[in-house]
Amino acid sequence: MAEAANPSQSDVLVRIRDLHFSRGEHMIFDGIDLDIPRGKITAIMGPSGTGKTTLLRLIGGQLYPDRGSVQVDGEEVPSLRRGELYELRKRMGMLFQSGALLTDLDVYDNVAFPLREHTALPESMIRDLVLMKLQAVGLRGARHLMPSELSGGMARRVALARAIALDPMMIMYDEPFTGQDPISMGALVQLIRLLNDALGLTSIIVSHDVQETAAISDYIYVISRGKVVGHGTPDALDKTDSEWVRQFMLGLPDGPVPFHYPAPDYREDLLQGGEAG
Amino acid sequence: MKQTKTTEMLVGMFVAAGIAALFVLAMQVSNLSSFTEEGTYTITARFDNIGGLKVRSAVKAAGVLVGRVGSVDFDNDRQVAVVTLHINQRYNRFTDDTSASIFTAGLLGEQYIGLESGGSDEYLVDGSEIDEALTQSAIVLEKLISKFVMDKASGK
Amino acid sequence: MMLEWVRQLGRSGIDFFEKLGRGHLFLVKTLAGVPEVLARPRLLIAQLLSVGVLSFMLIAISGLFVGMVLALQGYNTLVDFGAEESLGVVVALSIVRELGPVVTALLFAGRAGSALTAEIGLMKATEQLSGMEMMAVDPLHRVIAPRFLAGVISMPLLAAIFSAVGIWGGYFVGVGLLGVDEGAYWSQMQDKVDFLDDILNGVIKSAVFGVVTTWIAVFEGYDTIPTSEGVSRATTRTVVHSAFAVLGLDFVLTALMFGDS
Repeated sequence: MAEAANPSQSDVLVRIRDLHFSRGEHMIFDGIDLDIPRGKITAIMGPSGTGKTTLLRLIGGQLYPDRGSVQVDGEEVPSLRRGELYELRKRMGMLFQSGALLTDLDVYDNVAFPLREHTALPESMIRDLVLMKLQAVGLRGARHLMPSELSGGMARRVALARAIALDPMMIMYDEPFTGQDPISMGALVQLIRLLNDALGLTSIIVSHDVQETAAISDYIYVISRGKVVGHGTPDALDKTDSEWVRQFMLGLPDGPVPFHYPAPDYREDLLQGGEAG
Repeated sequence: MKQTKTTEMLVGMFVAAGIAALFVLAMQVSNLSSFTEEGTYTITARFDNIGGLKVRSAVKAAGVLVGRVGSVDFDNDRQVAVVTLHINQRYNRFTDDTSASIFTAGLLGEQYIGLESGGSDEYLVDGSEIDEALTQSAIVLEKLISKFVMDKASGK
Repeated sequence: MMLEWVRQLGRSGIDFFEKLGRGHLFLVKTLAGVPEVLARPRLLIAQLLSVGVLSFMLIAISGLFVGMVLALQGYNTLVDFGAEESLGVVVALSIVRELGPVVTALLFAGRAGSALTAEIGLMKATEQLSGMEMMAVDPLHRVIAPRFLAGVISMPLLAAIFSAVGIWGGYFVGVGLLGVDEGAYWSQMQDKVDFLDDILNGVIKSAVFGVVTTWIAVFEGYDTIPTSEGVSRATTRTVVHSAFAVLGLDFVLTALMFGDS
C-alpha cells in the first residue's frame, strides 16, 4: 500500500515480484521480477521450454504461483476471488498460439462471442462492433467463413479481433509469429504495433522470434532457466555484454547454452558401443 | 437463425416423441389405466395357509379382477395368515358372508384370491373382515402329493 | 521387484482416487452452471439436438429389433408350456425393467458419450476452453453444463422410446407373424406390468444412467490430456467406463428396486 503513493506505480500495469512456480519437481520460475509498463509493447523472450506461456497464464490467473506476487492494474491476481478474477479478465485479451477460435462458430460469431456473453447489447450494435473489429484486422470480408477454412495467419487475426472486442486494457500474445509465412508475419507485426498505439493498449508478447519481436517492442525481458537474464530496450540488448543474451539475440548455435545435450565423452561412448557389439 | 428454427423443431419433436412413448408405456403397457390405488376399500381375511400368495396378487370375483392383495402378515396369536385386500370402490356389493378362497391359475400358475358372495343383506365395507369359517386356504401341491403317497402306502 | 509392484499398485490407487475426487468436484462445479443454462435455453436446445435427436434413429431401430428378437425367442420357449399368451408380459417386462434402460445407456455411451468426449477433448486440445476462460467465460458453465443437462434429459426419453418401440416390435412379431392372440398380448401385459414397480423404476434407472454416462463423457473430455492421442484414449475410456458403470449400477438398482418383492 505504501508503494501506491509511488508515482511510478501508475505507469506499471503488470508488476511481478519474486515469482516462483514449479510443475511437479520441475522448477519453471525461480524468482522473477518484471515490470510491464502501461501503453508500451513489452516482449518476454527466451528459448523454448522456459515457461513463457506459463508466465502469461500466471498473469491471467489460470495458474497460481508457489510464491511471489503478480499484480495487474494494482490487483493481486492470485488472491482474487473468482468473480473479481473474471472481471479483471474482461479487461485482458489473450491471443493463443493456435488462435483458439471456437470451431463450431463462424468468424462473425467468434468475434461476437465475448460481446454476447458479457454485454446485453442489441444485435444491431453487436453487428456494428464486430464489423469494426474485423475491419481493423482486415477480415471484414471473411466473416462467414468457418475457422477450419482460415489459414493460420487469418485465424490469428480473427482471434485478435475477438481479443479486442471488449476494448481491453492489455493484450497478451502467445508466440504470435510462430509458423507464419513472411506476408502474414508482416501483417501481424504491423497490426500489433498499430493496435497498441491506436487503442492505447498495453501489449505483452511472448516469443522466441528475435528479429520480429525486437522490431516492434519497446522493452525486452530475456528469461532462461527460471531467471531474468537480461532486460532493456532492443538497442540496449544488442550492445549487452552478457554472453548468454548475446547468444540468444544473435542466434549463435554454441555458447553458454551448449549445442550438445549433456553426455559422456564422445570418444568413450563410441568405444563402449564397439565393445558391446 | 434459420438453422436454429429447424433445430428447435427437431428438438421439440424429439421431446414430444419421448413423452409420448412414456405415455404409451403408462397407459397401454401397464396397469395404470385399469386400476388405480385411490378408489379402493380394504377388507381383511385370515387363512390357515396362503401358499404362494404375494402382495399385489389378484383378487377376482367370477373371474374378473376386482382388487389386489395389499399386505400379507402372520397373526402370532392365532398362528394364521392375515391378508388385506384392496377392492375397487366400484365393486361394493360383496355381502358380509362372502367367502374367500385361494386358487391357482392353471396347474403351475400364480395364486389369486377368489371372492364369492353369499346370501346376506349386509355388505362388506372398508375395514370389514371375512369370517374365518368362510376362507379356504391354498392347495399346497406338496401336501397333496404326500397325502396321496401316504394313502397309497397305508391302503396297501 | 515385489516392492516395485507394490509401489505401482499404490500409485494407481492414488491416481484413481485423485481422479474420482476431480470428477466429483467437476460435477459440483458443472451443476452450479445449470441455472445459467436454464436461463439461456438456446444453448440447451443446440445440445439436445446433437445428444438426443441424433441418437434417436439408432435407439428406435435398436429397440425395434430387440423387441422382435425377444418375441421370437420368448415364443419358442413359452410355446412348449402352452403359455404363449404370456408373450406380451415377457417382452414388456424384459424391456421395461432391463433392456430398455440398459441397452439405451450402452448405445448412448457409444453414440453420444464418445462424441461428447471427443468434442470437449478437442476443444481443450485446441485451447478453446482455455481461451474461454481468458475471455472471462467459464467453460464449465458455457460448454459442459448444457451438454451434461442435455444428456441427463435425453436418456430417459430415449429409453422410453426404446421400450415403446421394442414392445411394438414384439407385438409385430408375436401377433403379426407367430399368431399370438392380440387381446392376450396386451391384456396379460396390462395385468402384469405395474406402473410404479416396472415403468417408473425403469425410468428412474435410465435417469441414473443418464447422469452417470453423461458425467463420465464430459469429465473424460474435460480431463483429457490435450493431444490427439489423449483424446482418443479418453474417448475409449468413456465407452468402457460407461459400460462398466451402467452394468454395475444396473445390478445395484435392480437389487434395490425388485429385490424385496
